Amino acid sequence: MEQIVKNPADGASAYNFAYLDEQTKRMIRRALLKAVAIPGYQVPFAGREMPMPYGWGTGGVQVTAAVIGPNDTLKVIDQGADDTTNAVSIRQFFAKTAKVATTEKTAEASIIQTRHRIPEKELREDQVLVYQVPIPEPLRFLEPRETETRKMHALEEYGLMHVKLYEDIARHGHIATTYAYPVMVDDRYVMDPSPTPKFDNPKMNDMAALQLFGAGREKRIYALPPYTKVKSLDFEDHPFEVQTWEDECGMCGARDSYLDEVILDDKGNRMFVCSDTDYCAERQEAGHRGPQHHDQPLGTSKREEAAE
Amino acid sequence: MTQTNEPLLRVDNLTMMYGDRVGCKDVSFELRPGEVLGIVGESGSGKSTLLRSISAQQEPTNGVVEYQTRIDGVRDVYQMSEAQRRLLMRTDWAFVHQNPRDGLRMNVSAGANIGERLMAIGDRHYGNIRSNADSWLGKVEIASERLDDLPSTFSGGMQQRLQIARNLVTSPRLVFMDEPTGGLDVSVQARLLDLLRGLVHDLNLAVIIVTHDLAVARLLSHRLMVMQQGKVIEHGLTDQVLDDPQHPYTQLLVSSILQN
Ligand SMILES: [Zn+2]
Repeated sequence: MEQIVKNPADGASAYNFAYLDEQTKRMIRRALLKAVAIPGYQVPFAGREMPMPYGWGTGGVQVTAAVIGPNDTLKVIDQGADDTTNAVSIRQFFAKTAKVATTEKTAEASIIQTRHRIPEKELREDQVLVYQVPIPEPLRFLEPRETETRKMHALEEYGLMHVKLYEDIARHGHIATTYAYPVMVDDRYVMDPSPTPKFDNPKMNDMAALQLFGAGREKRIYALPPYTKVKSLDFEDHPFEVQTWEDECGMCGARDSYLDEVILDDKGNRMFVCSDTDYCAERQEAGHRGPQHHDQPLGTSKREEAAE
Repeated sequence: MTQTNEPLLRVDNLTMMYGDRVGCKDVSFELRPGEVLGIVGESGSGKSTLLRSISAQQEPTNGVVEYQTRIDGVRDVYQMSEAQRRLLMRTDWAFVHQNPRDGLRMNVSAGANIGERLMAIGDRHYGNIRSNADSWLGKVEIASERLDDLPSTFSGGMQQRLQIARNLVTSPRLVFMDEPTGGLDVSVQARLLDLLRGLVHDLNLAVIIVTHDLAVARLLSHRLMVMQQGKVIEHGLTDQVLDDPQHPYTQLLVSSILQN
């Protein structure tokens, strides 16, 4: 996927290829190379202002801009869905500035940018997963001083992460952290997969695809090279567990996917549906049916509600 | 096991300068296991500077601080790697601050505060950490049902006792205390001093306690160092120093407390 393009092919375009100038892209690529060399380590980079708010994932957008080439096919998901405003806007941004092909199909994408979810379908070696990260520092919760958190990473002083988990159990009887659940990378660096649900943590472990994380506001990049060991932190007597659901997906009947609760009407009727829209659609095309499937596609507006 | 006649800590010619200004100058002493050393003096006498330099929080301009470590024998604490020094500071050493807010994490429960050092050295069994924290709460006379409460809901005296429990949970052999009873009511002070005296005795703790309060020094320490303008002007057994002070400044300090 990574082909260096000297100049944007389309001379009429007001933008450089993928918006960022080549010097900025090279700077980001250097940070990415360092991040790949030290899995889980947060590399500072001179982040650029992007023509969109931070909340839209400017860190992920900059990473994607630095690695995308003209032959890439881009998929963008937000909460697992391709059709939310955020996902559509970022997809359009790259369709316009890089003229790349876009897709909603996980299997067809060479680069997938995500805000929360990891696709249910297993990723391959020829794919790159780019995460938009709001808060990259897992120790921030208990240690606000940046100088101190850096020292803790350098000296592998990670007791504080377990203080946070201890507090969870003391308050809730179990580890109640469901998003941004901290992981140990390659037995060395503790990393925040924020804001991914812990359901997806096991997918990060030993993944064939390259995983890149970009935090725009805090100007940090980190990475997981293919087949990196990623272990979720836990206690011996409170082992890590992923979320489970009593229900199956109302549309495709999946029992192995991350489900969103969707409110159907104002009478309190609800259903559960896969948060990964592509996974759900593919299963339906293959003939799988859930209890609420009436051979009509679920409305987009309801899906967006679930994503909030 | 460390032999009791071998020093646990040796401070040799310690000097801390801030430019031309003297923080503390040419301080030397030894401390044995289970021994309590009081450092007294007025504010600005250099006693807090000395404590910071001894406890590896501020590298001195000159001089040596040696500690008899559990596994590595005698080590110069400023020659250790930062990782080793920080490990020492949160396992075999303890530091009790005057203001409990400086020594506690106010946004997590009492149990998490006590358990932090255990987790820092690799304890990964929630049930064990919790029961250990509960038992320490008892040792510092705080009711078990406060285990999951935030320190901010505790009184000043309880916060100070929690800070002590949080520090002692790893069974340190050397405890640094900076005015541990400062800022507390007299009756609360008395209870804390009783508790400290009991713990120091039961756990055979070596303690270096900095205080401006001679009554606190008399109650807790075996030996006293009196500081003035960065220098140790008198050093001896506590009763001797307080009952028969030799240096005019010590005489002044002792008489002023008698008059109060
Ligand atoms: Zn489904």
